[in-house]
Amino acid sequence: MSAMQKLMGWVDDRFPLTATYKAHLSEYYAPKNFNFWYFFGSLALLVLVIQIVTGIFLTMNYKPDAELAFLSVEYIMRDVEWGWLVRYMHSTGASMFFVVVYLHMFRGLMYGSYRKPRELIWIFGVLIYLALMAEAFLGYLLPWGQMSFWGAQVIVNLFAAVPFIGEDLSIWIRGDYVISDATLNRFFAFHVIALPLVLIALVAVHLVALHEVGSNNPDGVEIKKKKDANGIPLDGIPFHPYYTVKDIVGVIVFLMVFSAILFFAPEMGGYFLEAANFVPADPLKTPEHIAPLWYFTPFYAILRAVPPMFGSQFPGVVAMGLSIVLLFFLPWLDRSKVKSIRYRGPIYKIALALFIVSFVGLGYLGLLPATPIATLFAQVFSVIYFLFFLLMPWYTSIDKTKPEPERVTG
Amino acid sequence: MKRLKNFIFLLAAAPVMAFAAGATVHLDKAPVNLSDRESLQRGARVFVNYCLNCHSASSMRYTRMEDLGLTEDQIKANLLFAADKPGETMKVGMTKADGKAWFGATPPDLSVISRARGADWLYTYLRGFYRDESRPTGWNNTVFDKVGMPHVLWSLQGEMVPVMKKDGEHEVIERLELAKPGSVTLAEYDAMVGDLVNYLVWMGEPAQLKRKQVGLMVLAFLAIFFVVAYYLKKEYWKDIH
Repeated sequence: MSAMQKLMGWVDDRFPLTATYKAHLSEYYAPKNFNFWYFFGSLALLVLVIQIVTGIFLTMNYKPDAELAFLSVEYIMRDVEWGWLVRYMHSTGASMFFVVVYLHMFRGLMYGSYRKPRELIWIFGVLIYLALMAEAFLGYLLPWGQMSFWGAQVIVNLFAAVPFIGEDLSIWIRGDYVISDATLNRFFAFHVIALPLVLIALVAVHLVALHEVGSNNPDGVEIKKKKDANGIPLDGIPFHPYYTVKDIVGVIVFLMVFSAILFFAPEMGGYFLEAANFVPADPLKTPEHIAPLWYFTPFYAILRAVPPMFGSQFPGVVAMGLSIVLLFFLPWLDRSKVKSIRYRGPIYKIALALFIVSFVGLGYLGLLPATPIATLFAQVFSVIYFLFFLLMPWYTSIDKTKPEPERVTG
Repeated sequence: MKRLKNFIFLLAAAPVMAFAAGATVHLDKAPVNLSDRESLQRGARVFVNYCLNCHSASSMRYTRMEDLGLTEDQIKANLLFAADKPGETMKVGMTKADGKAWFGATPPDLSVISRARGADWLYTYLRGFYRDESRPTGWNNTVFDKVGMPHVLWSLQGEMVPVMKKDGEHEVIERLELAKPGSVTLAEYDAMVGDLVNYLVWMGEPAQLKRKQVGLMVLAFLAIFFVVAYYLKKEYWKDIH
């Protein structure tokens, strides 16, 4: 026995190192037919690591103080060695996190990855998405620019629309009557400690649940149904080395896109870093047009699409909340006999296409000022968004499906 | 059915209308060229001489101008009016309260003004001052109506007056005309403002030239790494059917 084996034996007697390695990597059998869409899960994990590591370095020079925050960001951009790189990695990473997560969620919709027995994976995933939105919103206040300030003002005011307790609730959230130094300090605490802990814990349970039931695949058939004499799925291959070497290729392509943005267009035309956020926060001067960052705009458009009732914005807030809450019920709304879009009938395909058009359309409208035309469009798209979920039990059960194959195809 | 038709029409026309809603004042294209060091140096001189009396650039250190090809001694001799040491940031003596009292609004810090406003806006703004006796300073601006800032560069550009035209009910400014010549020609003034805006764009992010250099190296490295990773994947996967 070599010294290395002895050491491993010593550790394994005390901690399940080899067993964990086998269960999650070298003997975790993933379907062999993953396609392009299956890169985005591991890419999301990569971006999480980028955000945490760059975040640690930013925290070393950032000052969570209303007087100093804006200047400290510029200090990082100019005087901290490679500070501009770390800051741009973090700001580009924030937007790219949502790009990757949206594509990852779309993959789930296409191949029915939320269906039995993967309901909990999906629910943990939606919780990750919620935590991510909170994390992004809190972090956006920290540069203390005009959009930071007024964006936070608008969002916190949504809580003020809650009947009876709204006013007190919004003051409790801000820690002041307006967005102020107190708000900045608590948002900083949540952004760098509380939410990252929640995110990491949720990602861990998301992966544990995934590895318990096994990955879905583009055919939506269970590879565990057909096993060889050793109990290994016939269509499964060990995650390591097959998918580790494959994901490295995906990572490099992703990093090329990431770097192209980071080094050559870090503002991404005002979508990743807004021009108005290069003006320090001024509580006395409202910007001409307040738009949230692009990843929130679909929900912002839904919020604005609902007209105020009894002089209250609350119905819009409820609609916005519902649009996210509905995601949790997806596993039970879908009554189709098959999981994958490959074997579904035309109705689901049209429904999904309309849903995507509506979601992207809402995202676009959320960036624009609310003109009557834009509001009309947002209302139509919002209705389609909700009908996609609410009518799902009906249209998925009448949809003509094709028979699923016994084994995965190509 | 008619509603549907209207809706489809709107769907097709939406991008055009969105564009129309965004277009307001025409902006002239600023001649930004960050590889033109002499232009940046000239711009820095204009900035320090004219802007840095009321406007600070409190994130910008004088020494950073070494990136423009100036030595520390050159910076000390020619550009260091408002500070004692070249390592200091570009602060001004005027307090915020004074600025507010004198101009109606505190002159904004200009460190990242080019990133907030855009080069074209600055280029048009600095060439858009005209005589308007109804304003307390006697000056108004084509892109920033009722601006608090007077025309600091008037002795160079001279005095511009508006030429009006009818636009429906309202009279609008068609263009500006030189009423009283300044110490330089309008073409020379435009070139000078071009240099200044070039400098402001550079000052908005002094690391931007380095950023692009590093970016090319990173992309080249990733391209090579991609080839290696691609064939590694192919080698591992050749037995999987």
